[in-house]
Parts: sequence; C-alpha cells; structure tokens
Amino acid sequence: MAKVIGTKAGSESRILAVGSYRPQKIVPNSEIVDRIDSSDEWIQQRTGIETRRVAEPDESVLDMATAAAEDALKKAKLAITDIDTVIVATITFPFQAPSAATALLQRLGHPKAAAFDINAACAGFSYGVAMAHDFIKSGSSTHVLVIGAEKISDFTDPNDRATAFIFADGAGAVVIGPSAEAGIGPVEWGSDADSRDAILMNPSWVDIRDTETQLTKAGGKWPNIYQEGQKVFRWAVFSMGKAALKALDSAGLTVNDIDAFIPHQANMRIIETMAKEMKMPDSVIIADDIRTNGNTSAASIPLAMDALLAQHPQLHGKLALLIGYGAGLVYAGQVVRLPEKA
Amino acid sequence: MALSQADVLAGIKEIVEEVAGIPAASIELNKNFTDDLEVDSLSMVEVVVACEERFGVKIPDDKVTDLATVEDAVNFIVNAAA
Repeated sequence: MAKVIGTKAGSESRILAVGSYRPQKIVPNSEIVDRIDSSDEWIQQRTGIETRRVAEPDESVLDMATAAAEDALKKAKLAITDIDTVIVATITFPFQAPSAATALLQRLGHPKAAAFDINAACAGFSYGVAMAHDFIKSGSSTHVLVIGAEKISDFTDPNDRATAFIFADGAGAVVIGPSAEAGIGPVEWGSDADSRDAILMNPSWVDIRDTETQLTKAGGKWPNIYQEGQKVFRWAVFSMGKAALKALDSAGLTVNDIDAFIPHQANMRIIETMAKEMKMPDSVIIADDIRTNGNTSAASIPLAMDALLAQHPQLHGKLALLIGYGAGLVYAGQVVRLPEKA
Repeated sequence: MALSQADVLAGIKEIVEEVAGIPAASIELNKNFTDDLEVDSLSMVEVVVACEERFGVKIPDDKVTDLATVEDAVNFIVNAAA
C-alpha cells in the first residue's frame, strides 16, 4: 500500500495583541503646501488629513518595525522566542534581499523563526493576517508576528501634487496565536491586476542602474510612489465596499453584528463614502487615524486598531471588520475579534 | 435604450444634489461642475458612478475629465445609451 503523507493538527486563531510605533515628528499641512501650491483647506477637504508622522533620516523601517513588534509582544506577554513565524508587510524596506523579517529576528535575538516579507502594498497587513490564520489552522505555525512597517517618505516626491500630502511613516504589529473559537474570519481577497498602473513606484532599479549617472542630475528619477487619485477612489469606494461586505458574509455576519470598522487609512473621503455605500450603522465605530497620522500603507490598519482601542477601551474583545487595499491593485478583508485588554 | 436629454438632465440634477448637496434648481446645462457647482474631483467620481448605475452606461475613468459641464455629461450619457 502506498505511503500517505502525515498532517499536523491546527486550531482556530485570534489576534492576541496589537502594538505600534509612530515617529515623533509631526508634520502639519502648513509645512507641505508651499511646495505643491496647495492649502490646508484643500488637503483636509479631499483627504481628511490634518497632520502626518514622518520618520527622521536615521529612523529606519526596521527601527519602526522592531519597536512595534516589541510593543505587541509585551502586550501579549510573550517573548520573541515564543514566535515561530514572522511576516513583515512592507514596500519600503530599502534592501531587495534578505528580508526585513530576518533583520528583525536578528535584532530581537531570535534568529530561528520562519521569516519573510510580503508585497501587497496597503493590503499587506490584511494579507499577513490571512496567512497567519491559515498557518495556525493548518498546524504550520503556533504564534505568528505580523508587522506592517513603512517609511514612505523615502519613496515620495515632495513636489508631487498628487501624493506628497498623503503618505506617512510608521509601523504596527499583531501577535496571532491559537484560539478555542474563531477569532479571525475567512479572508475575502483578490486583485484588479489590469489596474497595476493606478498606484506604482517608478522607475525600476534596472532603469536606475542604466541611468546611474543621471540620477543625481536634474530630472533624474528615484522610484517614488505615484497614483491616479480618481481611479483609486472609484475602485476603493465602490469595489472595496463590496469586498468588505463579502468578508462579513463569509463570516456569517452583517454590518449590524460588528462593533468597529478598520479599513486601510488611505483617505477619509474614501472611508466615509465606503461606509455610506456599505450602509454602516451609526453604532459601528469607524477608524479615522488618517486625520492625524496620514496614510502609512501596510502599517495603517494595525496603527488604527491600536489607536481605536486606546480611544474606545470598550472595543477590546469585540468584532471588527478589516479591509486592506492598495497597489496591484490588490485587496484583502476579514472579520477579527479585537485583542483583549493587556 | 434611448434616453432623452431632458430625462438625463433631470437624473443628473438629482444625483448632484444627493452627492454634493447642491440644490437641483441651480444645476443647469451650461454649469461647469468644478467652477460653478464646486463638485470636486472625488465627488465627481461619485456622480459618475451614480450616473452609470442610473442610466446603464459605462463612463471610463479617462473620459471623466472630459465632462467639464453638465451638458458634456448629458451628451456623453445620451450618446453612450443610444
């Protein structure tokens, strides 16, 4: 008789703790508007952003990721040695290889766990949560650290009128571990890969190598982030609202069953219009971390989650709907039970 | 299905009032969405999507910037539905 492959027993999972790190430096709209011929009123009206956090030149993605991870581990009352898998979601770690995840493990003194980075841009955190859940459910992992960390200021053109005021820096992390009952619902994910050009970093490293001598001259281009605002707004509001509703449906829930809505903090207008399209009841608390902290890409959902729990402690242990969406275009959403109070 | 210019104009008035809070009475064919009605680029996306759903037409992203006035939008929708 042919041999069969043995399997491991897994379990349901949940977020045990969320941690964050925000750079100290707060940049108000007034410090940005002159370079892009804009105004505080214009930026607030179109994005809801009043201030954003920007890392110092010597404050790296890895520094921020490490601080957020330490905060999450402390709240989970776990040590880094309890972690068997690390997933870092980022598009701004400035080394092609090896990964930010291995750098983080080396720094935290536990160079043993499975470790890798994922590139799903602003959806990266929700992709990571989905993977962590599936790893635990399949028995591949027991405790997974999922980190979203970005220093987008390194890859933003301060003179670009479409993006200079949107993006910001920071890191958020969650520890996901086993649970008797489901604390993370089925993921609803996918892409609109025909719209790859709607948000992108350009040019490629190969293009830069081939024009190396031009880079420091006027007109030389660094791989900065660009986006088509209207196209992204349309996709985000009208397609992502539907995707988020599907994630609820997959978990057997409706908008009336959740306590918080934590979408990627891309733009307050997107968040408000999406919530309206989804007919989100007033009882649901909607994260609005973007107002003071800008769009931190993969870091925005865990940062917003941590801020929401600090502002509304009654949300500990309650249900939240997450939806990440961004460059690709890609998206992922799921219902989670928010961590209990540490 | 063919749509009349009057039907489309009436529909756009309702949509712009709903999305941007601009009284339907002040919305006329010669009004510019941005300059006269102060419909910003993101509200314009909402107007376009509502028009697509209401009139059963497709308004591609790269056409939206061509719709400067209410008349531009009415004509585009009437032609697209023809």
